[in-house]
Amino acid sequence: MNTLDQYIELYESSEAVVNANSAEVLNAARCGALERLKTIGRFPEKGDEGYEKISVNDMFAPDYGVNVARVNIPIDIAEVFRCGVTTASTWLGAVANDRFVPTESLLRNLPEGVTVTSLAKAAVSYPEIVGRYYNRIAATDRGEVPLALNTLFAQEGIFIHIAKGVKAGKAMQIVNLLSSPVPMMSVRRVLIVAEEMSEISILFCDHSRGNISCLSSQVIEVSVGAGAKLNICDMEESSAQTSRFSQFFAVQQEGSELKVNGLTLLNGVTRNEYYISQMGGGAVTSLDGMAIGNGEQHIDNYSDMKHCCDHGRSSQLFKYVLDGKASGAFEGSITVESGARFNEAYQSNRNILASHDARMHSKPQLLIYNDDVKCSHGATTGQLDQNALFYMRQRGLPLVEARTMLMQAFMMDVIDNVGIDGLSERLRHLVERRFKGEEMMCAECNAKHGV
Amino acid sequence: MGNEIIDDVAREGDDYKYGFVTEIDTDIIPVGLSEDVVRLISAKKEEPEWLLEFRLKAFRHWQTLEMPRWAHLTIPEIDYQAISYYAAPRTRDKAKEPGEVDPELLETFDKLGIPLAERNQLAGMAVDAVMDSVSVKTTHREKLASMGVIFCSISEAVKDYPDLVKKYLGSVVGYRDNFFAALNSAVFSDGSFVYIPKGVRCPMELSTYFRINAMGTGQFERTLIVADDDAYVSYLEGCTAPMRDENQLHAAIVEIVVEDRAEVKYSTVQNWYAGDREGRGGVYNFVTKRGLCRGVKSKLSWTQVETGSAITWKYPSCVLVGDGSVGEFYSVAVTRNRQQADTGTKMIHVGNDTRSTIVSKGISAGRSENSYRGLVKVAPGATGCRNYTQCDSLLLGSQCGAHTFPYIDVMNDTAIVEHEATTSKISEEQLFYCNQRGIPTEEAVGLIVNGYAKEVMNKLPMEFAVEAQRLLSVTLEGSVG
Amino acid sequence: MKDNILLEIKGLKAELTDGGKEILHGVDLTVRPGEVHAIMGPNGSGKSTLSATLAGDPRFTVTGGSAMLHGVNLLDLAPENRSHEGLFLSFQYPVEIPGVSMVNFMRAALNAKRKYLGEDPLSASEFLKLMRRKREIVELDNKLASRSVNEGFSGGEKKRNEIFQMAVLEPRLAILDETDSGLDIDALRVVAGGVNKLRTPENAAIVITHYQRLLDYIKPDFVHVLYKGRIVRSGGPELALELEEKGYDWIKEEVDNKNSLTL
Repeated sequence: MNTLDQYIELYESSEAVVNANSAEVLNAARCGALERLKTIGRFPEKGDEGYEKISVNDMFAPDYGVNVARVNIPIDIAEVFRCGVTTASTWLGAVANDRFVPTESLLRNLPEGVTVTSLAKAAVSYPEIVGRYYNRIAATDRGEVPLALNTLFAQEGIFIHIAKGVKAGKAMQIVNLLSSPVPMMSVRRVLIVAEEMSEISILFCDHSRGNISCLSSQVIEVSVGAGAKLNICDMEESSAQTSRFSQFFAVQQEGSELKVNGLTLLNGVTRNEYYISQMGGGAVTSLDGMAIGNGEQHIDNYSDMKHCCDHGRSSQLFKYVLDGKASGAFEGSITVESGARFNEAYQSNRNILASHDARMHSKPQLLIYNDDVKCSHGATTGQLDQNALFYMRQRGLPLVEARTMLMQAFMMDVIDNVGIDGLSERLRHLVERRFKGEEMMCAECNAKHGV
Repeated sequence: MGNEIIDDVAREGDDYKYGFVTEIDTDIIPVGLSEDVVRLISAKKEEPEWLLEFRLKAFRHWQTLEMPRWAHLTIPEIDYQAISYYAAPRTRDKAKEPGEVDPELLETFDKLGIPLAERNQLAGMAVDAVMDSVSVKTTHREKLASMGVIFCSISEAVKDYPDLVKKYLGSVVGYRDNFFAALNSAVFSDGSFVYIPKGVRCPMELSTYFRINAMGTGQFERTLIVADDDAYVSYLEGCTAPMRDENQLHAAIVEIVVEDRAEVKYSTVQNWYAGDREGRGGVYNFVTKRGLCRGVKSKLSWTQVETGSAITWKYPSCVLVGDGSVGEFYSVAVTRNRQQADTGTKMIHVGNDTRSTIVSKGISAGRSENSYRGLVKVAPGATGCRNYTQCDSLLLGSQCGAHTFPYIDVMNDTAIVEHEATTSKISEEQLFYCNQRGIPTEEAVGLIVNGYAKEVMNKLPMEFAVEAQRLLSVTLEGSVG
Repeated sequence: MKDNILLEIKGLKAELTDGGKEILHGVDLTVRPGEVHAIMGPNGSGKSTLSATLAGDPRFTVTGGSAMLHGVNLLDLAPENRSHEGLFLSFQYPVEIPGVSMVNFMRAALNAKRKYLGEDPLSASEFLKLMRRKREIVELDNKLASRSVNEGFSGGEKKRNEIFQMAVLEPRLAILDETDSGLDIDALRVVAGGVNKLRTPENAAIVITHYQRLLDYIKPDFVHVLYKGRIVRSGGPELALELEEKGYDWIKEEVDNKNSLTL
C-alpha cells in the first residue's frame, strides 16, 4: 500500500478517538488536512524538486504506531535532566514524546505574562489566541504533505505565550524526549506567540532514548509581534534509529527580531525546513544551522526566507562537517518581493567533507524581484585546511587531535552566535565531545538539578 | 533619478537593426510533425539510411516526452504541429555554377555584416552562413583544407565524411538527453561541422552565422566540433532573426569533443529577435550545448553574450572526463522588456584533478526575468577537483527579477568547490560620480554595465568583443534616448 | 663523536609530492649542539623545501638520503613526533587558524609533547604561568595570546608569535625559515633578541635567510650556500658578508660552469 494511504486509513479508522483526545481548535483543522492529503496522494520522493537527497516517503514508510488514544507511555522524566545542555539559568519544561509534562520548576518560577502549557489545554483556556494562529502561520506548497499529516494527527503539543511588553529575564528550555517500547511516530506541535515588544529565548532539546526506531513529526508555528525579540534554538541530539521531520514557520511583524538556530549534533535521518516571512518593515532575521554527521547519518536543511516589506535584513549561515558515510543537503532560498525595498539578505553555506565517503549537496538560491536590494549567497565545500593541519602537527599536536580542533573551530561562529546565556559555552563543550566521539549526555548535569 | 533611466530602459524602442526580412523564394514544407515529415527532411537532404534511423529513433522517443517545466520561465503552450520544420531559400538559377550564391542572399549577409563574396571575405575568419534550414556558403574552405581542417555544413559532412559524423554525432548529447534534444535529433536541418586533426592549431577563427528568415518555421541546427589530440580551435557563433509578431522556435544542439591536450574556445553572441516591448513575438531559444573533455589535459571554454530571444533556456556544459581537463563558462545575459532567460552551465567532474571556472553576469531591466542555473558535480572517484563559481546579478528596475539557482553536488572529499553570488542594483554612487564628471546618466549606465561585464567580454576573441560591447551598449543605452 | 652531533643530514633528496619534481638533489649538513648555522641562497634554490622536508610537510616526498636528530631517524616519524623529538620550524608564512585560540592551541601542543615524553599534563594554572613567562621573551601582547592562532596578526606579530611558541616548546633544534621576511627593523630586533635569549649550549638553530641583515643579530657559526638543491659552499660568518657584498652570481657561475664541465 502507498505509504500515505496507511496513515489516511489509520486516521479514518480512528477519527473519533483522535478527536476525543484533543481539543476543538485542533480537531477543526483535520478535515482540510485530510482533503489535501487525499488530493496530493503521496509523500515527496527523493529527486522531487526541493527533496534532491531525501525521500520523505522512506522516512514515513516504516510501520510506526501513532498514539492516538494518548496511552500514557511510562517515561523516566529524570532522563530529561541528563540533557547535556541544561544550565541553571533556564526554566525547564519537558515533553515526553508528544505529551507536555509540566515540571515544578517551570510552573512555580514563570514570571507574570509568560504562559507555557499543553497546546490542547491552551486551545480550551485561550481559544481565541490559539484559534487565531493555529495552522494559520504554517503554509507551504513544497512541504504540504508532511505539514498536513502533522495537522491530521496533532492532538497535543506545547503552547508558549509571552504577553505584550513582557521581557523574560532568562531562557526557557523544553526538553523533548522520544522514547517508546515500540516503533512510534510522535506528532509534535508547537505554537509560540510573542506579542508586541515582548522578549524571550527558548531552547528546545531533542533527545531520544533506547534502540527502538522512532519518527518525530514536528511543526512549530511562531508569531513574532511588532518590536518583539525572539530567540529560538532547536537542538537535536538523538540516535541513529531516529528520524525527524521538522517544519518551522514564522511570521515577523514590523521591527521584530527573530533569531533561529538549528543544531544537529547527532541523529539518524533529519529534515529541517524553515519558512520565515517578514510581514512588517524593518524586521531582522538571523537563521543559523550546524550539522555534524558521521556513520550513515543524513542531515537535510531547507530554508525559505521571504522579504515582503521595506528595510528588512536577514542573514543565514549553515555549516556542515560530514565524516564517515554521512551525507548532507542544504537548499536555501532568499526571496525579495517586488514591493519590498531596501532589503539586505545574506546566506552562506560552508561544508567540510572529512572522509572519502561523505557527500554534500548544496543549492543556495536567490529570487529577487526588486532592484533596491543587497543580496548575496555563497557556498563552499572543501576539506580541512591542510596547511593548518601541518602547522598544528609541527607544533606537536597529533593528527586526530588537530583534526578535531579544526572541525570544532570551523563551527565556532555558529556556536558563538547562539545568543542564549551560557549555552555557547555548553555547546562548545558538547561539540568537542561529539567530535571526539564521546558520549554527550553528560552526567554532571544530574547533580545540578537533583531530580 | 535612477528610476527614470530604468523606466527609459524599459521604454526601449524598436532598435533591433537585424529585424528586416529577405524577400526570397523559399522552399517550405507544410507545417506539422510526424514520421513522414522526418522522412521528408531526410530525403530532401539525401541522407544515408543510418541517419534516417537516428532521426526516427529520436522522433519516437520525443513523442513519449513532455516539455520540461523546471526552469524559472513562463513558456506559453507551443503547438509543435503548427511549425514548419524545413525551409530552404531557393536559389534562382539552380543550374548555374556549384558554390555560387544567390546575390539576394549575399546581400542579406552583407547587411548583417557577414560578407561572403570572395573579395570581401573577412581575412582572419572563416564563416559558415546558415539561413533557415540550409548552409548558404562556407568561406576559406580551401585554405583550411590544406591544413587538414574540415569546416563545412553538417549536411555536407554527412556526405563527405560519413565515418567521422557517424562516430561523433549524438556521442555527447544523446537523443534521449532531453525534450528539445530529442526534437532536434529528429528534425535537425543544418549547422556546422568542424574537425581539427591531431596537432593542428587552426590558423583562423571559425564562425557560423545563423539566420532565421522564413515565417512560421523553426530552426533546428546541429553543430559538431571535434578537436583531435593537441589541436586548437576558436569557434564563434552569431545569430539574428527578423522582427515578427509570431514566436519562432530555435532548438539547436552543439556537441564538442576535445581529445588529449586539445583546446576548444566556443564563443556565442546570441541576438535573436527578442520580441517587442509588450513581449509580442521573438525567438524561443531552447538549446542544448555540451562538450566532452575526453582527453587528458583537454580544455573547453564557453563564452556567451546573450542579449536576444524572448525566452532563453540554455546551459552550455562541460563533462570533464580526461584527467587534468579544464572547463570554463563565462556568460553575460541581458534581459529587458518581457524577456526571460534561464541560463547557466553544468560542470561535471569525472576525471582526477579537473578544474572548472564559472563566471556569470546577469543584467535585468524592464519587466524581464533573468535566472542563473548551474550544476557543479564532483563524482565519487574524481580526486583533486576544483571549482570556482561567481555569479552576479544587476537589476536595472523595480519590476524585473534576478534569480540564482546553483546546484552543488560534491561526492569526493578532496574536492574544493566554491560558489559566490551577489545581487544588487546599479550603484547610485557610481552613477552620481559619472554625472559629476559630466557623463549623462544613460551613457553612465552603459559604461558601468560594460565595466561590470568586462571580465566576460575580455574572454571573447577581439573581432567579437567589439561587436558584443556595442550590442550591450545598444541594448541598454541606445534605448534610453 | 656521534654523541656530539645533534642533526646529521646525508644525501637528502626530496621531490614535490604533487607532480614529482625533484627539488633537493642530495643535501649534506651536520649541526652540533650550541651551533648556529645559516643557510643562504638565491630564490628557488630549495631552502624552504629543506626545512619543510625535515619537519615532514606532506607536500614533499623524500626520495633518498637520511636525516637523524640526536640519533633518531626523523624521516620515519610523523610531523608531530618530529616536533616532540625537539624539532621546531618557524614558518615563513605562519598559518591562520580561525576559531582555535592561542591558549588552547599551545596547551594542546605542550601536553601532547609531555605525554610523548611520559610526563603528566600541566595544570591550567601552571600552564598560564608558563605562558606569561614565555610571552615576555618576545614582548608578545597578552591580547594576541587570547586571539585565534595568527588570525588578523600583522606580519611582525606572526613572527613574534612563532618565537613565542618556540619558547614554550623549548626545542633542541629550531629552524627559522626566513623569519626576517616582512619585518621592520624594530620587530627584527625583538625577534632576534628572542631567539638569542633561547640559546643554550645544548640546543642549536638553523637560520634560513636571503640577507645578511638577520645575521647581524643572530650570529652564525657556519654559513652554507644552497643552490639548485645542493649545498655548494660552506664557510664561516665571513661567507655571509662576502655574499652581501658580491651577490650570488659568482657562486652560480662557478657551480654552473663546473656542472657544464662535468657534463
